[in-house]
Amino acid sequence: MENFDILVSILGSTVRLSIPLLFTALAGLFSERAGIFDIGLEGKMLAAAFASAVAAYLTGSAWLGLLAGIAISILFSLVHGFASITNRGNQIVSGVALNFVAIGLTVVLGQAWFGQGGRTPQVSGEGRFSPIILPGADAMRDVPIIGPLYANVISGNNILTYMAFLAVPLAWWVLFRTRFGLRLRAVGENPGAVDTAGISVTWMRYRAVIVAGFLCGFSGTYLAIAQSAAFINNMSAGKGYIALAALIFAKWRPVPVMFACLLFGFLDAIANFMQGKSVPLIGEVPVQIFQALPYILTCVLLAGFIGVARAPKAGGVPYVKER
Amino acid sequence: MKKTLLTLMAMAAMSATALAAEIKPALVYGTGGKFDKSFNEAAYGGAEKFKEETGVEYRDFEPTSDTQGEQAIRNFASRGYNPVVAVSFAWTSAMEKVAAEFPDTKFVIVDAVVDLPNVRSVVYKEEEGSYLVGLLAGMASETGKVGFVGGMDIPLIRKFGCGYVQGVKAANPDAEVFQNMVGTTGAAWNDPVRAGELTKNQIDQGADVIYAAAGASGLGVLQTAADNDKLGIGVDSNQNHLHPGDVLTSMVKRVDLAVYNAFKDTQGDAFTAGVQSLGVEQDGVTYAVDENNKELITPEMQAAAEKAKADIIAGTVKVHDYMSDNSCPN
Repeated sequence: MENFDILVSILGSTVRLSIPLLFTALAGLFSERAGIFDIGLEGKMLAAAFASAVAAYLTGSAWLGLLAGIAISILFSLVHGFASITNRGNQIVSGVALNFVAIGLTVVLGQAWFGQGGRTPQVSGEGRFSPIILPGADAMRDVPIIGPLYANVISGNNILTYMAFLAVPLAWWVLFRTRFGLRLRAVGENPGAVDTAGISVTWMRYRAVIVAGFLCGFSGTYLAIAQSAAFINNMSAGKGYIALAALIFAKWRPVPVMFACLLFGFLDAIANFMQGKSVPLIGEVPVQIFQALPYILTCVLLAGFIGVARAPKAGGVPYVKER
Repeated sequence: MKKTLLTLMAMAAMSATALAAEIKPALVYGTGGKFDKSFNEAAYGGAEKFKEETGVEYRDFEPTSDTQGEQAIRNFASRGYNPVVAVSFAWTSAMEKVAAEFPDTKFVIVDAVVDLPNVRSVVYKEEEGSYLVGLLAGMASETGKVGFVGGMDIPLIRKFGCGYVQGVKAANPDAEVFQNMVGTTGAAWNDPVRAGELTKNQIDQGADVIYAAAGASGLGVLQTAADNDKLGIGVDSNQNHLHPGDVLTSMVKRVDLAVYNAFKDTQGDAFTAGVQSLGVEQDGVTYAVDENNKELITPEMQAAAEKAKADIIAGTVKVHDYMSDNSCPN
């Protein structure tokens, strides 16, 4: 039973750690399926975290914080779009540049506004997304097996967590069951064909990066005012890249993206949990192994050992209309 | 002739006063940032106090990466700043290099020892302060399980943890102490999300008092503890006010004194090089009680902590220093 409690604790941790990855990876999914590589996920997440923390602090409302996060993230997306769609710039360069802008600008603005070394003041109460206790969680707690799972893993998360899991089927439906999704995927595979059909490739791709910005807004907000209570310098700490790895690992498909994010979150949770504990027969396992695993798994996948990861064909290629 | 003499005298007088008052102190923070509400902010507090009292301006620099420390220290020294105070063990090798290059400049390093004739090294007996808060944690805990979340996994932080464990065991020999470190790189000082997650793990395992020795990451520990209605323990600065009623106490490390004294001694021409080791006896480390946590510290707890303090000063209680042999007795 003790082991089961530990498992429940790790699963709860997994959920909390996966959410920012999930939003970000879904953002990357929309962008990359439309043929726009998005290294700038990390920067968008960071900028959104900053904006949401500032807005939540100033207005005292977590929802306005979320709005601000989404707005800034979309703004970053539009800049990325302007550079790489309108001006046909290199998408990787533009994304990396945005990451640097986000890291620098958040700290500079934070320092100028609040004078706390780039941090924003702590928010509390209504300014944060607090855990929601689902109905019956306390009553269920004593039911064996499912009780603790329901009370500690499914219940007790904040609203953004549930939104993240709802976003997965929604993303699948949009991408694979709507006209918008079909065109979006087509733009990423063969933009010429879409253009021949009389659909604007540029506008299509812009809409894709706006959706990406929208989703990154959620992940940044989650980091700043749901998981923490303030913005802290470079708080995204590479999560944008892990999300990108999850996206590749899941071969650019929505439901596998969710499982990849949960897997990476689980590895992170294990790493936290295993610290300083010794495993029977093996002894103490360095936690860095778990922290490196997401990247190792992605490399193994890219090397072709776990099936083939085929990126959208027109990914990274600016579309030039034939003359 | 008379006039020249007067002028000369006046000039001499002016330069004499100038010598006494006109020091150009400089301060280099650790990478956690000036306002980390913890270690660096304590240093800032000391410098501000000096400025307020004497009206002497100081310059400071917040390095954002491990490579900037040396540049900053050398920059200040070469531009004639004196004394140059660097807080953080991370600047040890930088200090060794730069202090040797500028033998006429006075340097102070906090949290590390640099053996040069113009360097004062200020170190703290963190194990003693941690022992005190550990004692309080052991008494406050209802589950008999307490936690420790360290920042970067280095001997200095293990020293905090080791002193804490000894204090907890002194209060409750059967108590269980969970120990975690946020990471192994400088980023560990600035990762409140991971720190919060580690705290949640410890809470899930039954811990109800968690001591954070993790710079700005510690904010995540205190936040998580407060969110879950458990008690946190702050570090370096008095952090009781961050979550009033949810922070049991803070292990206050008087980094402000080190900075203030460095400036003051240089101004009064009383600067001494060598190692200063500040413990409970010198009031260099202590536990904080103020209006935010006085409800949490019962008279018995306060009495026990004061007794422990007296015992440490008297030498009847000896807190083991992790860094003396890189191991912890428990």
